[in-house]
Amino acid sequence: MKCADITLLNEKETRAGFGEGVFEAGQENPNVVVLTADLAGSLKLGPFIKAFPERFIQCGIAEANMMGIAAGLTIGGKIPYTTTFANFSTGRVYDQIRQSIAYSDKNVKICASHAGLTLGEDGATHQILEDIGLMKMLPGMTVIVPCDFNQTKAATKAIASYEGPVYLRFGRPKWANFTKEDGSDFQIGKAQKLSDGKDVSIFACGHLVWKAVEAGKILEEKGYSVELINIHTIKPLDKDAVIASIQKTGCAVTAEEHNILGGLGDSIAQVAATNHPIPIEYIGTKDTFGESGKPVDLLKKYGLDTPDIVAAAEKAIARKKG
Amino acid sequence: MASIQELQNIASQVRRDIVRMVHAVQSGHPGGSLGCADFLTALYFNKLRIKLPFSMDGTGEDLFFLSNGHISPVYYSVLARAGYFEISELATFRKINSRLQGHPTTHEHLPGVRIASGSLGQGLSVAIGAALAKKLNGDQHFVFSLHGDGELQEGQIWEAVMHAAHHKVDNLIATIDWNGQQIDGPTEEVMSLGNLAEKFKAFGWHVMEMEGNDMSAVVSGLDTATQAAGQGKPVCVLMKTGMGKGVDFMEGSHEWHGIAPNDAQLESALAQLEETLGDY
Repeated sequence: MKCADITLLNEKETRAGFGEGVFEAGQENPNVVVLTADLAGSLKLGPFIKAFPERFIQCGIAEANMMGIAAGLTIGGKIPYTTTFANFSTGRVYDQIRQSIAYSDKNVKICASHAGLTLGEDGATHQILEDIGLMKMLPGMTVIVPCDFNQTKAATKAIASYEGPVYLRFGRPKWANFTKEDGSDFQIGKAQKLSDGKDVSIFACGHLVWKAVEAGKILEEKGYSVELINIHTIKPLDKDAVIASIQKTGCAVTAEEHNILGGLGDSIAQVAATNHPIPIEYIGTKDTFGESGKPVDLLKKYGLDTPDIVAAAEKAIARKKG
Repeated sequence: MASIQELQNIASQVRRDIVRMVHAVQSGHPGGSLGCADFLTALYFNKLRIKLPFSMDGTGEDLFFLSNGHISPVYYSVLARAGYFEISELATFRKINSRLQGHPTTHEHLPGVRIASGSLGQGLSVAIGAALAKKLNGDQHFVFSLHGDGELQEGQIWEAVMHAAHHKVDNLIATIDWNGQQIDGPTEEVMSLGNLAEKFKAFGWHVMEMEGNDMSAVVSGLDTATQAAGQGKPVCVLMKTGMGKGVDFMEGSHEWHGIAPNDAQLESALAQLEETLGDY
């Protein structure tokens, strides 16, 4: 299993995967209820609303209230999915999530679109790069960052039957879609190994998984053996998979569309530091806000592009030998 | 159906529980707790159709949510006296390894509590969600909530007030503990609430006022509130109470919002409150 063998199916928005997934979740489970804060269109809720109008709750531009209503709906057995942009799903409503959802052990699914730099032109007010950290710090919160359309659809359906609060993070732009169409390669809490290798482990999540695939192909052409693992579930982290991989490769790169403070990289580093210390290089934003621009240009400017991952891997390998 | 005298007896015992609990750990919030003792007694012993043992789901019963979680002493006392858990557990209030946390939580699995509260302004949204779940489930029971008047300064409350009217959440009865006091002083000095009745009406609620420290008025007021429900509008009960009601030196002042009586003050308070059901 090599990166060279991974093939692109098509390009689709991960948020569209959410829209299809939540419609199917609604078909499969009559307790699924969807709430939005005036972003039904952006979150692709059309099919759900058309099929299940009585199970759709428009909250207007009032995210704090939406989170509380979602908590209340669970009392009575509903499975509420809240939908808005990632920034308004987390930073804006942190205390509501903390007290009414996480501390209260409520079965709420917080579904967050337009995360990260790839939101693009709207700029830093909307490009949250701290949300994974905010959510993973909450006791009992599950944090899932699927990598493409198919996986977002699979995750959206899977969380309906997964008890407990979940943060599901996805994005805005069309992006490489390459995981299985039926979602059978996705399981909450189980890391997805995309290639076997012995020189370096690359742990990636979200949009950067495809960037890591591209980097892996280049590294393989250069003669390196790359182990690429998609950490779609950042919490609970599949520690066994992480430890097994770094014991074999001896060095790692983490790649995420998020601040390197508090994100996936920190989670991987903690497992490494306490189990099997190794050199690690971080791909992510370096304690900075984003800005307006095209997604591809932003990834390049902030050091989250394919060549950055290649360079980070070579540096990690060199540090291991040094 | 309990008589007014029976309810007054329970409320007296609840007030004893409150001052004893707060005194025992020298922390907690006696003022608002005493002011709401009559309301919560009438609610749990005369109004709510509840099922025991407790289930989180709450289907087929009336629900109550305490949004101003700092008045946990009155809530815990009433829950214990209503049979949710042993009254002896009141002695663990605010101590380590207790289910009776400083502010109510579901996290320690205390029967009767369905949401954590303490950080203010969140309970009305939760109550709306529970009320909407009841509508989706075809459950004809009511959802009650209680809020401090100072708590209305939180913006989320008004998001929720707007939502409840827009979505015609008419199985919801939200009561405001209108004592005019908050930690830093009278609400009118800290942050004026304006004409609350007109504000709720303007948002599209059915609004009524109630004397919250007159047991007969509370009992009849709650009946009036449930009669007003189910007609397309959420119901707001503006409940006039006195902070610290029932203990003369605590009455009417914000000073007793969040401090505990000393030994002499406890003795003085208990002398004013008849032990009707036996102390815990």
